[in-house]
Amino acid sequence: MALAAGTPAPDFKLQVTPDQAVSLADFRGKPLILAFYPADWSPVCGDQMALYNEVLPEFRKFGAEILGISVDGVWCHLAFAKDRKLHFPLLADFEPKGGVAQKFGAYDSANGICERALFVLDGDGVIRWSYVSPIAINPGADGILEALEGLAGKGAH
Amino acid sequence: MSGHGLKPPVGPSDHVEGPADAPVSLVEYGDYQCPYCGEAYPIVKQVQKRLGAKLRFVFRNFPLAEAHPFATGAAEMAEAAALQDKFWQMHDMLYEHQDALDSDSLVEHARHLHLDMAKLKTTLGSSAVAEHVRSDFMSGVRSGVNGTPSFFVNGVRFDGNWTDADEFAAALEAVANAV
Repeated sequence: MALAAGTPAPDFKLQVTPDQAVSLADFRGKPLILAFYPADWSPVCGDQMALYNEVLPEFRKFGAEILGISVDGVWCHLAFAKDRKLHFPLLADFEPKGGVAQKFGAYDSANGICERALFVLDGDGVIRWSYVSPIAINPGADGILEALEGLAGKGAH
Repeated sequence: MSGHGLKPPVGPSDHVEGPADAPVSLVEYGDYQCPYCGEAYPIVKQVQKRLGAKLRFVFRNFPLAEAHPFATGAAEMAEAAALQDKFWQMHDMLYEHQDALDSDSLVEHARHLHLDMAKLKTTLGSSAVAEHVRSDFMSGVRSGVNGTPSFFVNGVRFDGNWTDADEFAAALEAVANAV
């Protein structure tokens, strides 16, 4: 089961390039979207990361950042991000394999891949919305935007 | 999300083929440079033929601009053609010439369809067509579009198989019979 709304997100530190790592604490103070996905290089037009890349300006309107996370290694992520012209980081949940996904309850251990699991965290690192999509179905971006709207509404009061 | 629904429903700003009271409304969110949309194009034509008056088909723009550098320009050209009542002619022209979507080719297509070129230039220079394309894109995002092409059948995202015309038509027939 994926971690539910109201749960503080477990801290993590993952490589984003061969010589650079990011941790959850780096994103304190703003909404953060964590998008776990099975693998780089799925077919181009139906690709979840390509979609988020297009919707990125909408996420940024909420001051939110997005991180893609899969078990692919950093070199694979670099090649994939370059090929698809992605403008947000991809994190390598590579060693121990799927370790972070497991902490979030978003690991498919039978197949050794991350599930298609989405988490929206508030500025304090608390999960405010989570959703797991069937592995074959790209969940789209509507749920993320609704969750960000919910956060923004709460902040206004 | 499980409850992906079309937002907003089909309305006056949409491009529509088929009767307004058809029992089945098929909405496609598509990108003119997307190869899968190119694959879907003749399949949709077949399905339209097969269902006849039972089907209303609507096309909305969902250009994946980062992946497809010519997609937005092509979408704007189709919207500009719409203002001269030639949306579907341009739509078909673009899908039949997916290898020629650069700006020079787009102008060629416009000439070929006998668009008023002076009017076209003014239209493309205004922000109206760009806004229409952007508004289609955002409505797609809000509706749960997850790639191109994405289809909605009577307002609900269709996650079935559209790559086989027989199967796609059968699924739509089933909806028509259930209405």
